[in-house]
Amino acid sequence: MATFVLPFEKPIVDLVDKVRELRALAAKDSRFEPELRRLEEKAGQLAREIFQHLTPIQKVQISRHANRPYTLDYIRRFITDWIELKGDRRFADDGAIVSGVGTFRGRSVVIVGHQKGRGTKENMKRNFGMPQPEGYRKAIRMYEMADRFQLPILTFIDTPGAYPGIGAEERGQSEAIGAALAAMARATVPIIATIIGEGGSGGALALGVANKVLVLEYGCYSVISPEGCAAILWKDGSRADEAATQLKITAPDLVQLGVVDEIVSEPAGGAHQDHDEAASRLENVLWQSLLALEGKSREELVDDRYRRFRALGAFVA
Amino acid sequence: MAWPEKTLPSTDASEKKTIGAGVFRRCDGCGTTLTAGELAANFEVCASCGHHHRLDADGWRRLLLDDGALDPWDDHLSPSDPLQFSDGRPYRERVAGAQKKSRSHEAIETGRAAMNGQAIAYGAFVFSFMGGSMGSVVGEKVTRLFERAAKDRLPVVLLQASGGARMQEGILSLMQMAKSVSALERFRKVHMPFLSVLLNPTTGGVAASFAFLGDVNIAEPGALIGFAGPRVIESTIRQTLPPGFQRPEFLVEHGMVDLIVPRSEMKNRICTLLKHLTHAEATRPARPSRRTAS
Repeated sequence: MATFVLPFEKPIVDLVDKVRELRALAAKDSRFEPELRRLEEKAGQLAREIFQHLTPIQKVQISRHANRPYTLDYIRRFITDWIELKGDRRFADDGAIVSGVGTFRGRSVVIVGHQKGRGTKENMKRNFGMPQPEGYRKAIRMYEMADRFQLPILTFIDTPGAYPGIGAEERGQSEAIGAALAAMARATVPIIATIIGEGGSGGALALGVANKVLVLEYGCYSVISPEGCAAILWKDGSRADEAATQLKITAPDLVQLGVVDEIVSEPAGGAHQDHDEAASRLENVLWQSLLALEGKSREELVDDRYRRFRALGAFVA
Repeated sequence: MAWPEKTLPSTDASEKKTIGAGVFRRCDGCGTTLTAGELAANFEVCASCGHHHRLDADGWRRLLLDDGALDPWDDHLSPSDPLQFSDGRPYRERVAGAQKKSRSHEAIETGRAAMNGQAIAYGAFVFSFMGGSMGSVVGEKVTRLFERAAKDRLPVVLLQASGGARMQEGILSLMQMAKSVSALERFRKVHMPFLSVLLNPTTGGVAASFAFLGDVNIAEPGALIGFAGPRVIESTIRQTLPPGFQRPEFLVEHGMVDLIVPRSEMKNRICTLLKHLTHAEATRPARPSRRTAS
């Protein structure tokens, strides 16, 4: 994996590197064991301290971290018999959204998730996780198929937003997103959405009309990127930190506003420090969430979802 | 060459300016000078070139609805400030300013009305209220519009003019897209038509939720309609956009809207569509009562 380090992560990463070196030594010579344990503890503590005081814009940076686990990283870790299904049957296959069927702890499920790439070549293929209309139409195909065969849907949200381009407009980006919202609203199966990284506006919401919405500890979800917001409000994209604070986009904010139901904790230093541990924690919360929804009838599931979103908003009557 | 000396305007000049600003207007399409009275009488359409200037919610009511009459629904809903948002000027102050400027509580009006005698559920965005942006109140009113239309079995005619979601209400604005589309999905079950009219502009979160989900999508001439704003696209792809991009002809060509209808024909076309789409309902023989059936 390419190493990518944010400035405020540097002290943690330096310590983690030392731990790694020491671990190699300790494997040969047990006299290094106490020192290794001391250093491991120190690294964990430092990570916890630094991460406890992250500002909103720093959390945004973590949510976009190049080493962060993406949809396929989670699928690889807790989905078996995975078969990726491609294409919208209308125009193309969109690499920015992956979808398919697989087994989650014995249950067959349908999965739809945004997919970012690592490195230039893969990012070109994935369009940096920014879907075109065909991505959303593929998602609709999956939602409808899940409904037809009564399979639960797990979605993973991680996108800067829907792609703003000429082709996307020609092929109806707006209609594709709107139709995806409608398809999720009417599906008669359990839907669980998890914001695993960046939740960028309508392009994220098209995977987000769920019975239960989870967010990873350092995931974010926003109507507009902090940079875009700052550019509009102050004609100054560099004031993104202020915008990030104003927009209330971090996991605790989202729970407080009722937009998200539960936060999934990340390993010390963020999910990118330990993909296995991050996946294992998410797997457990997903499983509990799925069990809680399994007893509901088809009608209850649709009504449940309706009530959940019906209640969102703040106004004076 | 030196700039002419800056002179204070004389009393005469300022009076003249005030009168001119109220009486004469230049057409944005052809530059012809028109009297404001002429334009207003023609529902803001230029008589010489047909350019459609923005028509406010009040004008649309007079243009489309029988007697210009709307029985308003949920008119009392006002925005709150869930994020305590301030961009230098607090959101609450912006709202107060918008309410004064637009003479409206929020960026949409909804209610029950009639078009050529046909009862409808009607909604029209108020663009002069913060660019017709969709926050919690707009989302709630659109949701209630579909809910009441479903309950009373009314067709829905909704006129959109919106830049998208309202930034100042953050993620709650985004959630209005999911909420309103969910309500539209429920409305579909009563088999009543939803006619979506796309005015200038219809973009962002409003475009990407219910606006394109009409049984019929109608665009008004010259309107800018699309997901991303042209400046965002230009800065992303670093190219100048082709002429006519995101304009009604472009949308018809790409299969996203059914027809482009000028204001002068809007009421007739909507009424004809409503007649066709509710024909089965209107001509269905009265359901036999339980007694006669048994």
